[in-house]
Amino acid sequence: MRIGAIAGITFKEAKRDRILYLLFFFAALGIGASRVLAILTVGDRIKIIKDVGLASIAIFGVLMAILIGTNLVYKEIDKKTIYTLLAKPLHRAEFILGKFCGLVLTLFVMTAAMTVIFLDIVFAHTGAIEAGLLVAVAYIFLELVLITAVAILFSSFSTPILSSLFALAFYLIGHLSWGLELIIRKMAPGPGRTLVQVLYRVLPDLENFNFRTEVVHGLPIPPGIYLTSLAYGVCYTAFILVLAVLIFRRRDFI
Amino acid sequence: MADAIRIENLRKTFRLGFIPRPREILKGITLSVREGETFGYLGPNGAGKTTTIKCLLGFVHPDAGTIEILGRPHTSPRSRERLGFLPENPYFYDYLTAREFLAFTADLFGLGQEEKTERIGRLLKLVGLERAADLALRKYSRGMLQRAGLAQALINDPQLVVLDEPLGGMDPLGRKEIRDIIVRFKDEGKTVFLTSHILQDIEMICDRVAIIVGGRIVKEGGLRDLVSEKVLFTEVTVSGLPPQAFAGLGESVSIQGDRVLLKVYDESLVEAVVALVHDRKGRLISLSPRTETLEDIFVDTVTCQ
Repeated sequence: MRIGAIAGITFKEAKRDRILYLLFFFAALGIGASRVLAILTVGDRIKIIKDVGLASIAIFGVLMAILIGTNLVYKEIDKKTIYTLLAKPLHRAEFILGKFCGLVLTLFVMTAAMTVIFLDIVFAHTGAIEAGLLVAVAYIFLELVLITAVAILFSSFSTPILSSLFALAFYLIGHLSWGLELIIRKMAPGPGRTLVQVLYRVLPDLENFNFRTEVVHGLPIPPGIYLTSLAYGVCYTAFILVLAVLIFRRRDFI
Repeated sequence: MADAIRIENLRKTFRLGFIPRPREILKGITLSVREGETFGYLGPNGAGKTTTIKCLLGFVHPDAGTIEILGRPHTSPRSRERLGFLPENPYFYDYLTAREFLAFTADLFGLGQEEKTERIGRLLKLVGLERAADLALRKYSRGMLQRAGLAQALINDPQLVVLDEPLGGMDPLGRKEIRDIIVRFKDEGKTVFLTSHILQDIEMICDRVAIIVGGRIVKEGGLRDLVSEKVLFTEVTVSGLPPQAFAGLGESVSIQGDRVLLKVYDESLVEAVVALVHDRKGRLISLSPRTETLEDIFVDTVTCQ
């Protein structure tokens, strides 16, 4: 109930944020521009539309999660609205979870809106909607949920600018960490290799949520991968949220 | 009578600045507020009043000491189920209307729809915001925000109300209205813990007070015990006589036209002043003995530290 109330107010606040609509406008522009790119490209035009469309949803979704998420908790502390909330019978964990759920709901609505535009364009070209595209979007959304948790984690102890940089770094590292696996394969056994192995285990691997290439090119995906990626996303998000709650619980609001 | 608030040996040090330097704000606060009483917590700026409230409500973690609210440890969210809090300079979600904001706070207490609607209507009426109920809070004046803050503090019909500077920023009429509401709390059996710089109001509404200076409580007790009935001096206003006529009787404080305001410190000399005015055909305008006030005690206590 209390988490729902906080989530509701967060959703109300997020949907008033102009950045959200600006990013949505550019996302829609990006999805629409895929048609132009397709015309200019030699080869399978539909693949270009799908590829650029999915990439637009992913990139602008991440920007929404980071730019709004990193402000959410900070704004409550900075504007001192948190005093009114924490004086109520509210656990600090409920506050963090409420903020998280509110932003996830906002991102769900925005992702759904972007997907509708994207599927409209695909339908206009192919006359059909592939279920695979919805699966790719669902995993993009799962990645956004994780990025939201990360943004809230940094927002619980840092300023919006620093939090945005940290969250962006997390996103970039998460998409490049798969390269460490290649390095491990080529390294000789020793302390260096162990260190890289530890890094590989600790750093996030956001490529787990990337089914875009397979969906766009119609490549087969083993069914077990879906489940593993889902479990990875849920567990990682839960871990980040627990971390955020632990940090937030120790904070003094001066 | 049980304690609504019990604080024992509360200590808090903040480390602030780029190179953090420890600054001890609370140096062992011990106090208790009994159920049903109105307790005034006074002190100069920076004395530690707001930090005490922040510790009490769990906004900051004390370094040492214990705090109990209505018999429960302050860290338990359940201790805040029957508590209402009005922060100093209340900040709310300014895009909400007062009605929406109260509905949101009611949701945090899990009130049912019917109860919520009834309470919101009643509280808006109580704080005089009925007509502005559907106006966004960003359009509110400071006094109106203070009223909205008081309404949200009462949404759960609290047993204990903590008010941080509830009369700040209010016009005289608003101050009187809020003061009357606080007095009504007493009739309803609610406990009130409040801080204020307006000592006349504290004197009017509080049963007991504590004065905090430099992070320590330096005076605590019932208002009647602290403020004595002793006459400090008598203010006499006369007309038709020059101030020099009262040499040796009293100190002339101000002269306006032919009116002279005298301060007579020795009670036995008051009659001599009256006789002098009578004999020299002057006019006695007013005569008022000044007893000790809370302000005198506060100023004495703070300047002695």
